[in-house]
Amino acid sequence: MSIGPENETGPVQAPPVFLEKQSYRRRRLSDAARLLPIFGALLFAVPLLWPDGSGDGDPVPMSVAITYIFGIWVLLIVVGGLFGLAARRWSGPDPGRSERG
Amino acid sequence: MNRRVLLIEDEPNITEAIRFLLSREGWQVQTHADGADAVDVITAAAPDLLILDVMLPGKSGMDILKELRALDGMQDLPVLMLTARGQARDRDMAEKAGVSRFMTKPFSNAEVLTAVRDLHAQASRP
Amino acid sequence: MASLNVLILVCLGYVVFLFGVAFASDRLAATGRIRWLRSPLIYTLSLSIYCTAWTFYGAVGYAARSGLEFVTIYLGPTLVMIGWWWGLRKLVRVGRSQRVTSIADLISSRFGKSNVLAICVTVLAVIAVTPYIALQLQSITLSFSIFAEGDPDGFYREGSSAFWVAAGLAVFAILFGTRNLDANERHHGVVTAIAIEAVVKLVALLAVGAFVVWGIGGGIEPMLQRIDQSEIGAWTIDKSRWATITFLAAAAFVCLPRMFQVMVVENDDERHLRTAAWAFPLYLLLMSLFVVPIAVVGLDLMPEGANPDLFVLTIPLAQGEGGLAMLAFLGGFSSATSMVIVAAMALSTMVSNHIVMPIWLYSQGGGASVSGDVRNIVLFSRRVSIAVIMGLGYFYFRFTGGGALASIGLIAFAGIAQILPALVGGLFWRGATRTGALVGLSIGFLLWLYTLLLPGIGSGLLSESVMTNGLFGWHWLRPDALFGITGLDPTVHSVMWSLSLNTVAFCFVSLLSFPSPLERLQGAQFVNVFDHSAGPRGWTGSVAQSEDLMIMSQRILGAREAQEFFHTEALQQGGRGVLPDPTPAFLERLERELGGSVGAAAAHAMIGQIVGGSSVSVQDLLAVADESAQLMEYSSQLEAKSSELSRTARKLQEANEKLTQISLQKDAFLSQVSHELRTPMTSIRAFSEILRDTDGLLPEDKTHYATIIHDEALRLTRLLDDLLDLSVLESGQVSLNLRDGRLDAVLDRALDSALAGSTRKLLVKRQKSTERIALRSDLDRLGQVFINLIANAQKYCDARHPILTISVHDVGGQVVVDFIDNGSGIPAEAQSMVFEKFARVSSEKAGGAGLGLAICREIMQRLGGNVTYLAGQGGAGFRVSLATNQEMAAE
Repeated sequence: MSIGPENETGPVQAPPVFLEKQSYRRRRLSDAARLLPIFGALLFAVPLLWPDGSGDGDPVPMSVAITYIFGIWVLLIVVGGLFGLAARRWSGPDPGRSERG
Repeated sequence: MNRRVLLIEDEPNITEAIRFLLSREGWQVQTHADGADAVDVITAAAPDLLILDVMLPGKSGMDILKELRALDGMQDLPVLMLTARGQARDRDMAEKAGVSRFMTKPFSNAEVLTAVRDLHAQASRP
Repeated sequence: MASLNVLILVCLGYVVFLFGVAFASDRLAATGRIRWLRSPLIYTLSLSIYCTAWTFYGAVGYAARSGLEFVTIYLGPTLVMIGWWWGLRKLVRVGRSQRVTSIADLISSRFGKSNVLAICVTVLAVIAVTPYIALQLQSITLSFSIFAEGDPDGFYREGSSAFWVAAGLAVFAILFGTRNLDANERHHGVVTAIAIEAVVKLVALLAVGAFVVWGIGGGIEPMLQRIDQSEIGAWTIDKSRWATITFLAAAAFVCLPRMFQVMVVENDDERHLRTAAWAFPLYLLLMSLFVVPIAVVGLDLMPEGANPDLFVLTIPLAQGEGGLAMLAFLGGFSSATSMVIVAAMALSTMVSNHIVMPIWLYSQGGGASVSGDVRNIVLFSRRVSIAVIMGLGYFYFRFTGGGALASIGLIAFAGIAQILPALVGGLFWRGATRTGALVGLSIGFLLWLYTLLLPGIGSGLLSESVMTNGLFGWHWLRPDALFGITGLDPTVHSVMWSLSLNTVAFCFVSLLSFPSPLERLQGAQFVNVFDHSAGPRGWTGSVAQSEDLMIMSQRILGAREAQEFFHTEALQQGGRGVLPDPTPAFLERLERELGGSVGAAAAHAMIGQIVGGSSVSVQDLLAVADESAQLMEYSSQLEAKSSELSRTARKLQEANEKLTQISLQKDAFLSQVSHELRTPMTSIRAFSEILRDTDGLLPEDKTHYATIIHDEALRLTRLLDDLLDLSVLESGQVSLNLRDGRLDAVLDRALDSALAGSTRKLLVKRQKSTERIALRSDLDRLGQVFINLIANAQKYCDARHPILTISVHDVGGQVVVDFIDNGSGIPAEAQSMVFEKFARVSSEKAGGAGLGLAICREIMQRLGGNVTYLAGQGGAGFRVSLATNQEMAAE
């Protein structure tokens, strides 16, 4: 009848410190997903460095600009799609579902 | 006819009293005062009748009786048990252990003699 | 070329078709067969309302004017979608778990359900989106006019056509946006219609693009060369605009009410995001792919002064491709209508929920006690709101006459982006407060109004003097050069100042102000939404929910009761399955059932968690907290009582055990006493009978037997004396007779009485000099102990020449008297037993009853000392420790 300390349910479960390999992979995958838009933004900012004819050097032809921007665009879509596939594959319950979004 | 009785009792005065009584009845009385080697003494003596005290130094009369009854040729030995602790529980234990007659101290001499005679008569009848 | 009448017929036919689609999908949704309606594809396509007529027509115009800058409008959203794991996922989760109905609802909900904030966001949204709606009306009207120009028979008036378009769109939005009130504010019919329109506009633009590239340009390579040779063939961009508009588009993509509607409110399943994350950028890419070629070809082919905003339509027309032009028209029409309908729906929800309904409720004088007809009031207010918003758009269009599509769009973007700091701060920073959000939003809104909207939408709203000299004549307050910073592009200037000051004010005021408890609770719920809410499950009214409900109910009600309840409900529903469908009636009964066990608020929250997929609202939490506080108080009372009971029970048990033990000890003791009494009595009886009954006994035998009887009688007497003595000592009733004396004298007396009359010779060794110790004690009792120990040595020492050594020591300040003989001592296994009553050490009978040492110990303990066995002395050794508190002085 007596309620000793051993009967208590203990403190609120803390998120695990060490993760299984799969959980660890999943976390790193989501890290990569977070980095993707930053890389995208940087790549899309590259045209800002191109000469636009106002200073020295010939301006970059429009066809090159189009090819570059749409190329990066396609790259981002493909990588994003791959991440979506991986997320679908690992969409089971994440045991360490405590990451702050 | 040489009737032999073995008396295992640690109280010397009681031993002397019983020896006196049974000798006059024609019994050859052998005595022993220790419980520890009592079983060996009994098997060696092979008496016609055994009188056994319960509170013995070394080993209790109950245990001695149990061991004895487990031995070959000792199942039918008439055993008269004496105890100074006259409790019903002791009587039950003694009967379970295979006692022939159970008697509480202090007893009258006549009682002892009657019991010895009865037991001997039962045993010698085929 | 198609006549205007044909065009109108096609338009009407298309609208009817959309009606049919929307109606059919609503019907499907109502019957639950909506799996394909909930697919990620539909979700992705519904996001395409981002691409309005501004994209469809305006992008080409934008490209014709500013080159590749138009693409920033789509790069921003692409980055947001690609980074869905960061932002959108959380936004959608929060939106679902809090059941928000609009962006205003979300902001208000985050900051403690503040209606002031909701009104601010609503007003801002209406002001920012109205020009945007006007833009759509303008584009539809323009496209009509293009066809009208080519149809001399047609009777066309721009104003009336815009009116009818606005009215028609309002009707469509009312019919499908406010057909019913869904608790989750989702409209499957509209979303499906939008998805179809998304396909139409994509196909149309791709068709025009393909025609331009392959039909006119002659393939990809020639087209690229043509682009390079055109007037926009060189890379010339305004760098600040490139970065600013990318950011602005990203912000607007999240904050625009219509985007929030399709992305968050209409979201069926959080998992759709991961498909949309790549599919929607792909859609945007396809929509942008042919923009530059169309612009270049248009600039080439079309006459000087032709509106580049309409190249998509005019190029096919000029090339005699009537069918393609019709398709392009339908694409533009789709873009405009889908945007207007969703925007009107989203805005009407905001206006109705945060402005009209509060006012109406207030005017009713009552608070929460409004009865069931509220539904109709809400629907009515939404319908009116849609009409009003469309009216505003129409009047804006009529009175400003529109402008370049892109600039109006950008102004709207900049306005709506003012919500971003409050939104992002609310989602990621628990310290964000209502006051901070309010101040930031107001500052951003005013700056946007002053620096972009008012100067941008036409002449006359800001006077010339304000424009050139600044407000109140303060030069540093000029709308296009705040704080004297000149030379910036107006959009960049406005966005930079409004958003940065907005953010700074938001953060600063948040740091200074203190949030209300509700705000803090909501803040925690929002920021840590992934800790609080359930997984990304869809809001499906499926049997899976019933299973979850069943599992939960079993835990609360007990397995048998729950199964019984569910079975009964399933039978009542027609018994199609084992589990009942989660109908509202069933849920209500279940909630009541559960409420009986866990309290109403907790039951509501639990069911909500499963059925709504929503997390617990703050009110739920507070109510649960109240109930559980009561429960805890009650249960702590119970616990106190039960622990008191268990304490009592434990005490009783202990007492019982003690009694049992005492009883057992008493039995054992009595048994021992019985034995010790019966043994001498047996001898006495036996020999007295012998003396009585036996004739002819020898005289010496008679004497011998009489002596035995005498000895045994003495033994009995001694035993009875000991028993009495022990009983007096143990009961504590002994009275000690404390006197002053000397140890050596006590020992002398003890030796005298112990050895008197003894036949057996015992040599006693003493060292008298050490014994001269004064003491205060009960000298008779102490002497009794000594006598006992000496007598024991005399009786039991089995040496040939028994010697007893008595020595006195000082051990740790305590005087001890050791009695050590030269016998074989006491066996180790018996040493712990010697002080027990009736302990038998040797088999030899020495006339003692085995009480002597027990009495010695009792006496010494009464005297404050002790007597112990001394092992390892070569014989039996006993140590008597005298009391420490006795006065001792060596003389």
